[in-house]
Amino acid sequence: MWEYTDKVKDHFLNPRNVGVIEDADGVGEVGSIACGDALTFYFKLDDGGRIKDAKFQTFGCASAIASSSALTEMVIGKTLEEVAEITNEDIAGYLGGLPKEKMHCSVMGREALEKAISCYRGEAAKKIEGEIVCECFGVTDREIERVVRENRLKSIEDVTDYVKAGGGCGKCHDRIQEIIDSVLGTPHLVPLRPRALTNIQKIKLIEESIEREINPTLKKDAGRLELVDVDGSRVLVRLGGTCASCAKSHITLKHYVENKLRELVSPELVVEEVQ
Amino acid sequence: MTNVVYLDNNATTMVDPQVLEAMLPYFSELYGNPSSMHSFGGEVGSRIRLAREQLARLIGASPEEIVFTSCGTESDGTAIRAAIESYPAKRHLVTSRVEHPAIKNLFETLSKKGYRTTFVPVDGRGRLDLDYLFESLSDDTAVVSLMWANNETGVIFPVEEVSRRVKERGIVFHTDAVQAVGKLPIDLASTGVDMLSLSGHKIHAPKGIGALYIRRGTKFAPFMIGGHQEKGRRGGTENTAAIIGLGKAAELAKQHLDAGAYRCVSELRDRLEGSILAGVPHTMVNGDREHRLPNTSSIAFEFVEGEAILLMLNEHGICASSGSACTSGSLEPSHVLRAMGVPFTAAHGSIRFSLSRYTTAREIDLVLEKLPPIIARLRELSPFWQSAKAEAHG
Repeated sequence: MWEYTDKVKDHFLNPRNVGVIEDADGVGEVGSIACGDALTFYFKLDDGGRIKDAKFQTFGCASAIASSSALTEMVIGKTLEEVAEITNEDIAGYLGGLPKEKMHCSVMGREALEKAISCYRGEAAKKIEGEIVCECFGVTDREIERVVRENRLKSIEDVTDYVKAGGGCGKCHDRIQEIIDSVLGTPHLVPLRPRALTNIQKIKLIEESIEREINPTLKKDAGRLELVDVDGSRVLVRLGGTCASCAKSHITLKHYVENKLRELVSPELVVEEVQ
Repeated sequence: MTNVVYLDNNATTMVDPQVLEAMLPYFSELYGNPSSMHSFGGEVGSRIRLAREQLARLIGASPEEIVFTSCGTESDGTAIRAAIESYPAKRHLVTSRVEHPAIKNLFETLSKKGYRTTFVPVDGRGRLDLDYLFESLSDDTAVVSLMWANNETGVIFPVEEVSRRVKERGIVFHTDAVQAVGKLPIDLASTGVDMLSLSGHKIHAPKGIGALYIRRGTKFAPFMIGGHQEKGRRGGTENTAAIIGLGKAAELAKQHLDAGAYRCVSELRDRLEGSILAGVPHTMVNGDREHRLPNTSSIAFEFVEGEAILLMLNEHGICASSGSACTSGSLEPSHVLRAMGVPFTAAHGSIRFSLSRYTTAREIDLVLEKLPPIIARLRELSPFWQSAKAEAHG
């Protein structure tokens, strides 16, 4: 059984503003019987351009009905500019949250609201934009992109929870993953380049690497490495323990320590031993 | 929770008080291991022998053909894997499109592992396409697995006849009879069934106990390898109390079947179904009403969604279940209703009522009082209802 908040239960059992506005200024219809839920949302403006009445009709589960009911309460008394800012997260938040698998109900509310506003403004339906990715539920790449960005979604499962895409035959999973990857990639348009280290950062990093990585390894042979100085890309170290008298110390330094520091800190480092 | 009207007996059932009573001593003072040499354990062993006999009698089997397992799913998995292991050269498996997930998902997994799988279709009333089934069989077929009765619609497959014909072809026949056992008279001796799965908690025994019937002479390989328990067919120390409970539950089920108690159950079911159909427009029964379990009714309410109906029924303490998408967490309605070609308008609003011998006439009356206004209310909320009404009047 779903864990619905008391507010969801209240809006489901006692839905507000059910019905039709015959002379509505804006109407938005989303969903279908095949998809398992559908919502028709109506609003009427007053002379000052504020929503004076909003109504809905919903076919769907408890959270779909509750999300629709919540939406009508949220918009009444507001201007269209104000309600245009409402996101699906706002609707879910108004209800004290929705189970993750039911987030698509809040997205349906937001979509119906947007359609109703477009209808009022005489804009052509935006729905056709983009190409259909999920054929089972008729979801486009643009819709998926948007919901991934706005809700910071990370997995195909998330996308299915929010817009149903991928919840049917599963053929579109690869394409959804591509969209997630491309959206998640966008904040770092600059490819992840190794950042240039300041001298202090470089010294700290070398010190840490010696303590965490190198000395524990040398310790197995009772050896020890001590950082003396860093001069540009030259790392001056002193050997202690058995390393100091070990004939192989030079090889140890060159092959192990230098490689390790190049890997962990910076590729141009050269390790030199001081007495 | 007070005043529960429990009409979800295909999901699970109440433990019969007599079953509980039979089990209790084996949780406390009678804790011996049935495998032990001393008589303290031996007493438990003889009680388990009785349970095996009680269960065998319910399904027309011999006691040594019964292997106790932990649940129906374990029985199903054990049976199918045993058939595959016993005939390693055969790479073809046959089942239906309306099986319980215990078989459906197992077959899908085996299909990914390279087995050729045939999912036999059903017609609009959930009846098996027998021609399709027999045409699919070949020398390469390792096992045919068909449910005896469907958990969602209650539709009964002609397992007796089909199993004989499959067996004639030298192919292993398994049936998932979790919903049929205890609700239908079953006499395995006269069928071609090689293996049968059943579950305790569907017949008023506790959860966590099931059984697998393995016909004498059937090639078998254990799934749980361990000690000598169950004659090496299922290792692991016996779940003694639950086995004894299942035995008692089987004995009671047999008594009720013999006494015709299921006629009362089907009368209540028919009254519930008939009154709903008569009183609520745009409503239909899913599945073949002729060949159906006596306790099950799957009813489709067009233009409304199942979860919403269930939650409103829940407000009155009425427990049922749904084939709709929203209740299961998936987005598509039940694969059973889809396989039957039930239209989306109806599949999303399908509710399953499943009764038991404990269901009373007053409980049915309560459902008949509360349900119609719930459907009417949800339809008033539904945008599709308006247009359906308009069409009807237009």
